Amino acid sequence: MQIMYFAWFRERLNTGSEHVEPPAEISTVASLIDWLAERNEVAAELFADRNIVRVALDEQMVSHDAPISGVRMVAIFPPMTGG
Amino acid sequence: MWVRLQAEIFSPGAEIEAFVTHHKDAGAVASFYGSVRSTPEHPVRSLHLEHYPPLARKQIETFVKEATERFDLIDAAVIHRFGTLARGEPIVLAMTIAHHRQAALDGVSYIMDWLKTEAPFWKREQGPAGHTWIKAKRSDDDAAARWRPPTAK
Repeated sequence: MQIMYFAWFRERLNTGSEHVEPPAEISTVASLIDWLAERNEVAAELFADRNIVRVALDEQMVSHDAPISGVRMVAIFPPMTGG
Repeated sequence: MWVRLQAEIFSPGAEIEAFVTHHKDAGAVASFYGSVRSTPEHPVRSLHLEHYPPLARKQIETFVKEATERFDLIDAAVIHRFGTLARGEPIVLAMTIAHHRQAALDGVSYIMDWLKTEAPFWKREQGPAGHTWIKAKRSDDDAAARWRPPTAK
């Protein structure tokens, strides 16, 4: 699956997107965030407070308990500041 | 109903004028226009808005549609800019038309409150001392929460 990052998540991770292939047991957004944090120190720091991590799956906002099977595009970003 | 995301500057006055053209007899028109703030205590040279285009459009269209249904609006529209904006430039314009004042005003508030917290835009200020990402405000979450339950998350 493709993961996109925005705002200071993108800046700190030094990438706007990456291709990842998480193991089969990673089945929800919450477990995907845990997995991403385990493999990258910066991600661990950025995602330390899980409450500020917003996620969209295939351009649909979801909560952390959403399943990720079959998803092609995951967007991970900090709280939005539009308007 | 329409939503426009654009880098180009726009004229809020001209946009409102054009928006009401076909509904001048509706009775009530409301609008909110937000601009790049700079104060002596917190000087800002420019504001950069990063966004996630397809989701930003989808989210704002949802809020406009929800507001239209909930407040029985005759029409509603939003212009939101992205890219680098100079201080004082318009960022966003929300407009509604209804038969009554309260519906028009509530429609604008509803759209703006959700847009602040649930439309994927992120603001980065450029000041004399470098750039900083603007943090989301708890008060914006509270403002949006008063309209619950929404159909959009």
